[in-house]
Amino acid sequence: MASLELGTLVADPSTIDEPFQGDAPVTRRRRRLRWGRGTILVLAAAYFIIPFYAAMAFALQKPTGGFSLQPLSQIASAPGFLSALWLSTQLAVITMVVVMLLMVPTVIYVHLRMPRFRRVMEVITILPIIIPPIAYSVGVLEAAPAWLRASQYLLAIVYVILAMPYVYRSLDSGLGALDVKTLVEASRSLGSGWISTIWRVLVPNLRSALMSASVLTLALVFGEFTIANVDNWQTVPVWIYLAPTDNPRVNTLVAMIALLATVLVLTLIVSLDRSQSRNSRRS
Amino acid sequence: MALATDPLATIDATPSSPGGAPVVFENLTRRFGATTALDRLSLEIAPGELVALLGPSGCGKTTALRVLAGFERPDVGRILVDGKDVSHVPAQRRDMGMVFQSYSLFPNMNARDNVAFGLQIRHQRASQRRARAVELLDLVGLADHVTKYPHQLSGGQQQRVALARALAIEPRVLLLDEPLSALDAKVRAELRDQIRALQQRLAITTVFVTHDQEEAMSMADRVCVMFQGRVEQVATPSVLYSNPATPFVGQFVGVSSRIAVTRHGDQVEVLGRDVPIRGDLSTVPTGELEALLRPEDLSVTIDPTGLGVVTHTSFLGATTRVGVGIGGAYLRIDVRSTEAEDLVLGTRVDVSVTARDVLVTTPLPAK
Repeated sequence: MASLELGTLVADPSTIDEPFQGDAPVTRRRRRLRWGRGTILVLAAAYFIIPFYAAMAFALQKPTGGFSLQPLSQIASAPGFLSALWLSTQLAVITMVVVMLLMVPTVIYVHLRMPRFRRVMEVITILPIIIPPIAYSVGVLEAAPAWLRASQYLLAIVYVILAMPYVYRSLDSGLGALDVKTLVEASRSLGSGWISTIWRVLVPNLRSALMSASVLTLALVFGEFTIANVDNWQTVPVWIYLAPTDNPRVNTLVAMIALLATVLVLTLIVSLDRSQSRNSRRS
Repeated sequence: MALATDPLATIDATPSSPGGAPVVFENLTRRFGATTALDRLSLEIAPGELVALLGPSGCGKTTALRVLAGFERPDVGRILVDGKDVSHVPAQRRDMGMVFQSYSLFPNMNARDNVAFGLQIRHQRASQRRARAVELLDLVGLADHVTKYPHQLSGGQQQRVALARALAIEPRVLLLDEPLSALDAKVRAELRDQIRALQQRLAITTVFVTHDQEEAMSMADRVCVMFQGRVEQVATPSVLYSNPATPFVGQFVGVSSRIAVTRHGDQVEVLGRDVPIRGDLSTVPTGELEALLRPEDLSVTIDPTGLGVVTHTSFLGATTRVGVGIGGAYLRIDVRSTEAEDLVLGTRVDVSVTARDVLVTTPLPAK
């Protein structure tokens, strides 16, 4: 129906005498396309924004009506929140450091010396997504030495495994965009050893890959609930779920802030990545 | 772009030892699985000399260079630089500047920082190494591009930065791995001359790998022709062209036509004329023989009763190369372009040998 109306709009009496009647269907198609796109955008936005709005409204609405930012001030004093935040932060840092130390040299080595092994690596690194996390979390628990088994940092080891698929893929595509062999050989012929070559030549050119790997790891650690809950450690997601607060609004607010923070960091990464690729992209 | 003034006058062109370091390949063998990339390769390079390793792909020339650079280890044999065995010295301690075939500049650094990289590794002060990098960029004609990033430079400019970067560390040996092959013809010719001029002035021992015979012949003091991992001949370009030691060299270097001949003592009959056999008669094979003839060894005249027919012509500028089919052979003959106008396709011609002597070989195996 809409297209019919649009069609009649195009058939303006003033254009009837003009020879380019053929233009009308093209314009009509274009408008229809624009309408279609707009509808999808609105629906998608509604899908994300309505629940977000509802949760924010729930968290910030005063019982008496109207909104208040007062619940924000309750976050810090909510029992257990700061320690949960501290634990999650520590776990995120440890996970990032360990996963990078493991994966950066590995991926570089595979690219340089065993390019045929890349397929195998892809399969291996996708396993953590296929195998239920609970299975290897039990495995890690069984394999870990006693002193570590009792430690909350054991979670970091499980998270390293969980982060591997994302980190591997980021680094693999980052290295794929470079002529690693030639860069390494050029660097070595100029007198640079292996560590210096990785640090001065490869890592700076992998900046955006490393950045996106870090953000994905961060998001993963701050969002993982199941394993932390099973192992009984109160990370931020577990706290949100279980927190013994008398005010559930605070929990909801924390969840929303975490979501916003993730979106912000991701946006930041994307924009940094763009400005970097403008500076040093290989043509 | 070109070396207009004399930027070399401003630079401290002191190689590690006067005239550069001598290099010796001693009986090098390198195998990759079932293929033998280097087969008992021996070669001596004098200080300050530019030697081109020339050959078809897979002949081992790049492997030889990579062994010298330290990126490959020889299975057998050793490499001496300045009289010292460096076979087991890692690449980063060999002091060899290298320019690669593919663009190898570090994408995260501008031209100056790329050139200064080797000096940074050697812990030279930042102000010093930057000044030196700018000098070298000036030397290769890129004074205006000091702060540009690799993606802002053309292919030829990138290779010149790479050359400046390789020279910055004052290497004992300069290694060039087909540095011009990714460039277009005009830039290639320009850069070829520039590299040669620099190399001669700095008197730096240089090994240049190429599959382009014109490049090798125009730049090198000596050319080492390689085939199947072995040295076929090492000689100056003119000797290589006029006096190829093996039929492979005769065929690979320059243009040669083959024609069946019959031997009469120390001569062979070529196109109805007896011509002396070139070189050592004792190495001439027995049985069927063919002569290898350069385009300038032959002359062609229009003759309606001649046995040859013009089947191809290509204009090369001052000369025109004429292809003539004659008695089952195909001969390429250079004719002055002014005289070639009548040699249209299908013209009957007579071909005669003008060379003083000819190289003979056995016929190529039938494909």
